[in-house]
Amino acid sequence: MPSARRDRPWLFRTYSGHTSARASNELYRLNLSRGQTGLSVAFDLPTQTGYDSDHPLARGEVGKVGVPIGHVEDMQRLFEEIPLERMNTSMTINATAAWLLSLYVAVAERQGAKPEELQGTTQNDIIKEYLSRGTYVFPPEPSMRLISDMVAYTVDAIPKWNPINVCSYHLQEAGATPVQEIAYAMANALAVLDAVRARDDVPRGALPRVVARISFFLNAGIRFVEETCKVRAMTELWDEITRERYGVEDVKARRFRYGVQVNSLGLTEAQPENNVIRIVLEALGVTLSKKARCRALQLPAWNEALGLPRPWDQQWSLRIQQILAYETDLLEHDDLFDGSPVVEGRTRELKEAARQELDRVLALGGAVAAVENGYMKQRLVESNTERVRAIEGGEVQVVGVNVFTESEPSPLLEAGGAAILQVDESAEQEQIERLRAFRSRRNGDEVRAALRNLRDVLAGGGNVMPASIRAAHAGVTTGEWADALRELFGEYRAPTGVVARPFSQADERVEAVRGRVRELTNVLGRPPKMLVGKPGLDGHSNGAEQIAVRGRDVGLEVVYEGIRLTPEEIVRSARDEGVHVIGLSILSGSHGVLVVDVLDQLRKVGLHEVPVVVGGIIPEEDAERLRAAGVQRVYTPKDFDLTRILGEIVDLVAESAADRS
Amino acid sequence: MSEALNLVDDRRPERREAALALLDGLERQRPGPGARRVGLTGSPGAGKSTLLDALVRAVRRREETVGVVAVDPSSRVSGGALLGDRVRMRASARDPGVFVRSMAARERLGGVADATRDSIVVLSTVFDWVFVETVGVGQSESDVAALVDTLVFVVQPGAGDALQFMKAGVLEHPDVFVVNKADQGPAAQRTASELEAGLGLGPRPLEGWTPPVLRVSARDGVGIEALLEALDAHREHLERSGTLTARRRQGRDALVRDALARRYGSYGLEGLGDVEGLAARLRAEPDASPYALILVLGREIEDALRKPR
Repeated sequence: MPSARRDRPWLFRTYSGHTSARASNELYRLNLSRGQTGLSVAFDLPTQTGYDSDHPLARGEVGKVGVPIGHVEDMQRLFEEIPLERMNTSMTINATAAWLLSLYVAVAERQGAKPEELQGTTQNDIIKEYLSRGTYVFPPEPSMRLISDMVAYTVDAIPKWNPINVCSYHLQEAGATPVQEIAYAMANALAVLDAVRARDDVPRGALPRVVARISFFLNAGIRFVEETCKVRAMTELWDEITRERYGVEDVKARRFRYGVQVNSLGLTEAQPENNVIRIVLEALGVTLSKKARCRALQLPAWNEALGLPRPWDQQWSLRIQQILAYETDLLEHDDLFDGSPVVEGRTRELKEAARQELDRVLALGGAVAAVENGYMKQRLVESNTERVRAIEGGEVQVVGVNVFTESEPSPLLEAGGAAILQVDESAEQEQIERLRAFRSRRNGDEVRAALRNLRDVLAGGGNVMPASIRAAHAGVTTGEWADALRELFGEYRAPTGVVARPFSQADERVEAVRGRVRELTNVLGRPPKMLVGKPGLDGHSNGAEQIAVRGRDVGLEVVYEGIRLTPEEIVRSARDEGVHVIGLSILSGSHGVLVVDVLDQLRKVGLHEVPVVVGGIIPEEDAERLRAAGVQRVYTPKDFDLTRILGEIVDLVAESAADRS
Repeated sequence: MSEALNLVDDRRPERREAALALLDGLERQRPGPGARRVGLTGSPGAGKSTLLDALVRAVRRREETVGVVAVDPSSRVSGGALLGDRVRMRASARDPGVFVRSMAARERLGGVADATRDSIVVLSTVFDWVFVETVGVGQSESDVAALVDTLVFVVQPGAGDALQFMKAGVLEHPDVFVVNKADQGPAAQRTASELEAGLGLGPRPLEGWTPPVLRVSARDGVGIEALLEALDAHREHLERSGTLTARRRQGRDALVRDALARRYGSYGLEGLGDVEGLAARLRAEPDASPYALILVLGREIEDALRKPR
């Protein structure tokens, strides 16, 4: 029997965007027509890191992990026939958040909408970019200033906007334990609020309104009972901290508001149909407890570990949400866990441990200082190393991966390459042509004046937002806006955390690889040296870091070069460092272009004998192509056994040495 | 360049002979004192590579070229190493006038491996400046000091009082002290004062030079030019006082002694008449390259070892 009183469901969203503004607009309208209630925009990496589509670093990345937005007309096209006044839009954008919000406001104004009616969220959390996601651009200090500018601006001008979505999502991806996830997310939120409180253009009385606009973005993992406790712990902790630290008396302003994307990186490539079950259970972790229920939910598609999901795959995930919200009785009940000794006990434990870890970070000077001195990153790499080791050792069981691996052939995979979305390879060139056409028809004088104004305002300590909105209307491009800021603020490289503690447990397999490395050292005359780096703009460095750390632990000398490298830089490093093998990691889908570029250039400088291995989200057909082009090994998420991977890499070096002698 | 560095890093005996011959040739064809050799050392977390990146860019503004050897510790457990300096030296690593080679400390934990010394020689033949960056915690300063003309010791504010540094013997070798992260204000001032006080107490190996204590913020680029000027001043002092030659010779002698001792042990050195005998041989050959000496003296030791004693 349907009950009379049902709670309103959370917002249903799907994180999406690809190829071009036009293609993404079509997808959005399709998803909305199927019952999606909000939008979640995925931008491509050049847009996220502030480069125009024709910049050398953008090569291979345009339209890959999201939509390319180069200027106001792209943004207009993205929201064509979608009235922004009535939409609730979440934008996954960080270093360039102020710019994308400015474009959004400009488009709303052109649609005739009032900015004060706009609802949505800019992710705008730079600290987790330094720790995990990697799309930062500027150093911490100016980055925090941009964030606090946006908070100060939106609190009056776009009061329904969430200017920042503090992300614990990516911390979990980077290996955070629930305690670390809670503590670092809180530390991060406090860093933002402290910065806003210190401004003289935000009156003291506005602070409760500012606190009320801070939202969070969480991950929901497979341990869904503990996840339920986690969100309850965060709800209680946020309520306490905002009252203690900022004196917010209004209970509603202290409410912990959060959106969720359930865990994408935990989805398996092996037996991918099982991911649907994982997604359902993970969704329960953030919806079961009424007190701590999410405000918006994005579910990944079952085949994300294989490549880009198709519209049908996204629809399947949307249906999960709809069944949960509309068919089940979930929304008819009060909180299911109040008074449960198990849930309340675990919640209390998490809360207390998180408080301690939060105090540790605050004692170090807060989240920004704990990024700069590498403390948080190091803790995360350590946790992740432990997590990966537990899967390898079988202590953590993953069905289809390290247990129950025998399977009937999956009918879902019969389509092969057709079971994922194929991005049109000509999309990049077409986007570049549109960008160039736009540049030649805009008013150059207005663009120059708007950029001059932007620089003057920033240098004078003024708020970035009004000057950026003016620049958006004038036709400034994403690359031009970011260049102006780069010139003023400089660029930044975050600590990598790969100084993590060595693998100390006695492990026969690691020991065996070490033995082979010692033999190989005698053959080579020096220890085998490996270069590990990430070409392109993808900043997800967890995989590369794990390979680097395990490489050291089996006895290799590993040159870790970090993220955002051009093929030229990689080849130069390989040559200057005299490495015996190169490991490249790419999760953005740009492997086709970038890896082949690296191979070509290695040949040009006579290093064609240096074996190259590649890791990332790489569909089998692409892997085939890469191997044909000369890549020695391709590793994908199903290859979780790092020791085996390193063992194979050592063998490759040995074979290549034997070939040469 | 890279091939030469691979060769001098190669431990196989037949390749080692070729490496020594190459190094000897390079030392002999070098006109005058060659590249300016500067060592940077200090505890982990002092911001050495960020400082080095800023320093290299400052040198490049003078249109002089730079070679860098960046040494990271090796794992005691596995023997492997994570070499992460390229990440922090990104701005300079992109510059064609800069060459960066990362190296593991290998069996000499925290110290200087043979390959490091040899790489400095190789880089010195091509670049105007050669920087060596190592993790230093007391032991390795004297090792590095023997390889470079100027040794810079980098500390961060509050890194422990000067007394601790003195106990570790750290204050004796460096020619320039840098308190990095001066953006941290009073703490940097305090550390600088402590260092100055500590320096006033200890003996100095080199007369006529008082090591300056500079406050620098590598992050904000503050004090980098002053550091470069201090390096210039020290170099000028070395040349004017004639200690550059003496210092290089000391470094050469240490290199020969270490290489022979490691290869042949104290039993082998007896063949040359022990440490005193070796010292006399070195004095007799003031202009020979260390590599020629290692080759020649090594053969003598081998001959002596073959004779019945």
